[in-house]
Amino acid sequence: MKINKEQIEKHGLKLEEYNKIKELLGREANLLELGIFSAMWNEHCSYKSSKIHLKKLPTKNNIVIQGPGENAGVIDIGDDDAIIFKIESHNHPSFIEPYQGAATGVGGILRDVFTMGARPIALMNSIHFGSPTNKNTQNLLNGVVSGIGGYGNSVGIPTVGGETKFNSTYNENILVNAMAVGHANKNKIFYSKAKGINKPVVYVGSKTGRDGIHGATMASAEFDENSEEKKPTVQVGDPFTEKLLLEACLELMRENSIISIQDMGAAGLTSSSIEMASKGKLGIELDLNKVPCRENNMSPYEMMLSESQERMLIILDEKKEKKAKKIFDKWDLDFVVIGKTTDTNRLVLNFDDKIVADIPIPALADKAPQYDRKWNKPKIKKNNLKKYDLKKIKIEDALIKILSSPDHSNKSWITDQYDQVVMCDTIQKSGGDAAVVRIHNKNKAISISVDSSANYCSSDPKSGGKQIVCENWRNLISVGSKPLAITNCLNFGNPEKPDVMGEFVECINGMKEACEFLNFPVVSGNVSFYNETNSKSIFPTPVIGGIGLFDNLNKIINMKTKKVGNLIIIVGKTLGHLGQSSFMREIYSSNEGAPPEINLTNEKNNGHSILNLINLNLISSCHDVSSGGILISLAEMSMASMLGLKILKPKKFTDLNEYFFAEDQGRYLIEIEIDNLKKVESILKKSNIFYEVVAEVQNDIFELSKTFSIKTQELYKNNNQWFKKFNAIN
Amino acid sequence: MKSSVIVFPGSNCDRDVAVALEKLQFKNSMIWHKENVLPKSDLIVVPGGFSYGDYLRSGAIAAKSNILNEVIKAGERGSLILGICNGFQILIECGLLKGALLRNSGLKFISKNIFIKIQSNKNKFFNKYKKNEILELNIAHNEGNFFTDKKHLNELEDNDLIPIKYCDKEGNINQKTNPNGSINNIAGIFNKNKNILGMMPHPERMVDKTCSNEDGLPLFLSLMN
Amino acid sequence: MKFAVTVTLKKDVLDPQGKVVSQTLKNMGMNNLSQVRQGKFFEIDLKEKDSSKAHNQVKEMCEKLLVNQIIEDFKISKTE
Repeated sequence: MKINKEQIEKHGLKLEEYNKIKELLGREANLLELGIFSAMWNEHCSYKSSKIHLKKLPTKNNIVIQGPGENAGVIDIGDDDAIIFKIESHNHPSFIEPYQGAATGVGGILRDVFTMGARPIALMNSIHFGSPTNKNTQNLLNGVVSGIGGYGNSVGIPTVGGETKFNSTYNENILVNAMAVGHANKNKIFYSKAKGINKPVVYVGSKTGRDGIHGATMASAEFDENSEEKKPTVQVGDPFTEKLLLEACLELMRENSIISIQDMGAAGLTSSSIEMASKGKLGIELDLNKVPCRENNMSPYEMMLSESQERMLIILDEKKEKKAKKIFDKWDLDFVVIGKTTDTNRLVLNFDDKIVADIPIPALADKAPQYDRKWNKPKIKKNNLKKYDLKKIKIEDALIKILSSPDHSNKSWITDQYDQVVMCDTIQKSGGDAAVVRIHNKNKAISISVDSSANYCSSDPKSGGKQIVCENWRNLISVGSKPLAITNCLNFGNPEKPDVMGEFVECINGMKEACEFLNFPVVSGNVSFYNETNSKSIFPTPVIGGIGLFDNLNKIINMKTKKVGNLIIIVGKTLGHLGQSSFMREIYSSNEGAPPEINLTNEKNNGHSILNLINLNLISSCHDVSSGGILISLAEMSMASMLGLKILKPKKFTDLNEYFFAEDQGRYLIEIEIDNLKKVESILKKSNIFYEVVAEVQNDIFELSKTFSIKTQELYKNNNQWFKKFNAIN
Repeated sequence: MKSSVIVFPGSNCDRDVAVALEKLQFKNSMIWHKENVLPKSDLIVVPGGFSYGDYLRSGAIAAKSNILNEVIKAGERGSLILGICNGFQILIECGLLKGALLRNSGLKFISKNIFIKIQSNKNKFFNKYKKNEILELNIAHNEGNFFTDKKHLNELEDNDLIPIKYCDKEGNINQKTNPNGSINNIAGIFNKNKNILGMMPHPERMVDKTCSNEDGLPLFLSLMN
Repeated sequence: MKFAVTVTLKKDVLDPQGKVVSQTLKNMGMNNLSQVRQGKFFEIDLKEKDSSKAHNQVKEMCEKLLVNQIIEDFKISKTE
């Protein structure tokens, strides 16, 4: 049977790509082989459009143990401890079936982390929905949130924070990015590279069903009205089996029997077996009759492309096979030897005593197409906001409006559905600048923050890319930790369009600059292209997940104001930049102007000085100033403690809205004891940092002298109503 | 003092409760559900989590496991048994406690800190607390809405078998301070002999100042008395 | 007019609950068991007198709310 044009297209391949396949095989492919090529060569697995640009990002420094290219990134946090972490998207499946899509997204990222030998200790997420007025939003929000909770709660890993944003750009293409963080002994990390010939290839975990056949191909195709037909490809998650798989794998890892291990994620058995063999420069031979199947009469094509969840592939030391099987029997999980490693450098599949596929492994991996796609330099929007008469806006009205907006509202409606404290090491839950999780039984902890700023990135991708790395860095500093490294999830539109590709390239350039300057390497990540519907692309949305370290539990601080009479100081200069701000969006529904500029030198200097002040025990609480500006950040500090603030008018600004809602970067609010003012001032002056006193902590009332006065309780009420109202059962 | 923590596939608070017990010098053993023998212990804990994924009904499948037969025998002999969250659900499913735990009235998983008020301290589990003391503990469950028939409810109320009820920071017990719809704000119940306690809040999550408070510590201390 | 609606997971969709229930029943000695699939059951009482119209209304309820057609199938039968 000859492969026809329609089959090639159905597999998401271009004609010239199929010609290359023929050339590599030296013959026509059969349908199974075509399926395997399509799974390996699609955007999701091959990174064919992004690879040449991702290479620009810094991925190494003295604490990086493993950068991109493995299941997850690994960093050294001192002693024998390593942190293993990664963020990944599950956007398309979550739009189709929000509960299962989000749940399996969490499951997949957990496996990426425990495959490497880590016990997962925290989950985070970044979820983006369409406008609240869009008819799908409520259903999607409810489904995604309960899916994330349903999976994480059941496996027993705390979901300690994240971000939730709304924007009509996501109306037909929501984003669900999940991040997992695990802890391992740095001398016991497991990789996917196969070693040795004639070693047993073992299938463990759940049985294979017809789930998500061609899910990876789906994730690389645009949606259109007919995408309803693609529905049955969504997989169902089984967190119970995941928990068993997690415990069984960790138990097996205590022995030295695993040579290499790989999660069966997107493109299941295909990508896992090829990846292991390719990294080890070996061949692999599988007997598909041995694959544990859930349904009758499954074909080799279905087995190889199934995306059934909760499965792993392990290459074992053959002498330890019996012992390993006993562990999986204990946990009631399948454990079947389905093949062996070979020295042929080929993937050979046998079924019913026939060879059904035979492909040189380099053809699937190294020789996958790489594209340097055409890209246009994005046009940067100029800042022209003069037409707005800011004087007409009462500052207290703007404050309430922003605080009660969907993006700024308190997210406890969401986070109360997540078990945030199981494992009993969560020191700081969601709601702060970063979550803090202790390393079990040790006097040290890590901080975790997940951030994105699609509005900034859409108006200036390069500056936005820089900004989001800096904001993440700032969040980790604000809790008192030293920022170490990041993982990124790059959500973009169709890379075949030069404008979208331009956004991608420039975002990477911006991220690269910031990561290099801050010594903040990227150790893992994921690219999600084709986030578009009917040719309408989403805003470029890079999401950053960062990790920071506390080498001592006494250095952890939060944003809760502590004592009446204490002073609040703003560190970093306010210039009055309102372009792309929450203020412009909420008050004028305007998306105009450029995002605030990033000055990396100031960013670093300010951050290091804040850490220095925290280490000297001079700061009682700290909060970074981001979306919404100074006034929103002050309100958040106030609501965290329910104490009030007496806010001072700036000396140099005539327009209060400009001062209080500007989103200039590199700024922090710190609370200090009045007796420490001189000390703090001298340190900041010595480092050449701009600062000014903005407020004094008082009881109950949040006020700006001679302008407005509101009870903190009232702020809290306004900040806490939106989600409940939006989701009320009518 | 010797304790045993029962571990089912899907249990996920087993380590947490073991950490709390060991902090208080209990000599603790983890007992796998397939075991047929329970070591002699002063306290048996059935921990929280999602045993068997909470499939069918929370706790229903764990209640059929080998080790549960031994737990039932021990309970009947008067051993102290503490079921927390999923453990409470299991104790109900296996008949050691009466009643039912329904889906939360808000139909959502709830995980947050709540307050409970000590109703009675004349028992093995709460003797280190004062009567009417208010504790801040954490809950994390989908099915914690306790329900029972009128006769059993009267029996519980009349015989001091409801040691803890949900309240607010000030101690008010009413519909507003009821997180999951439990009848009479019940957060935990005893069997007739008060040697078996089932409770939805997690005391083991509140034994460490670095992460939370220490409101759960006196419960474990009480058990050592 | 009364209808019974049975909702089950589609044939090829993983049923984690059914899997665990079936394993447990086998462990309890029910050796003849080959598979358990679980689902939901609704009793629906309609005011409509015309049975084909009523059937269509129930079908609409299934499609619009009761059933997640991405992973579930349903069967409608008239009971009274």
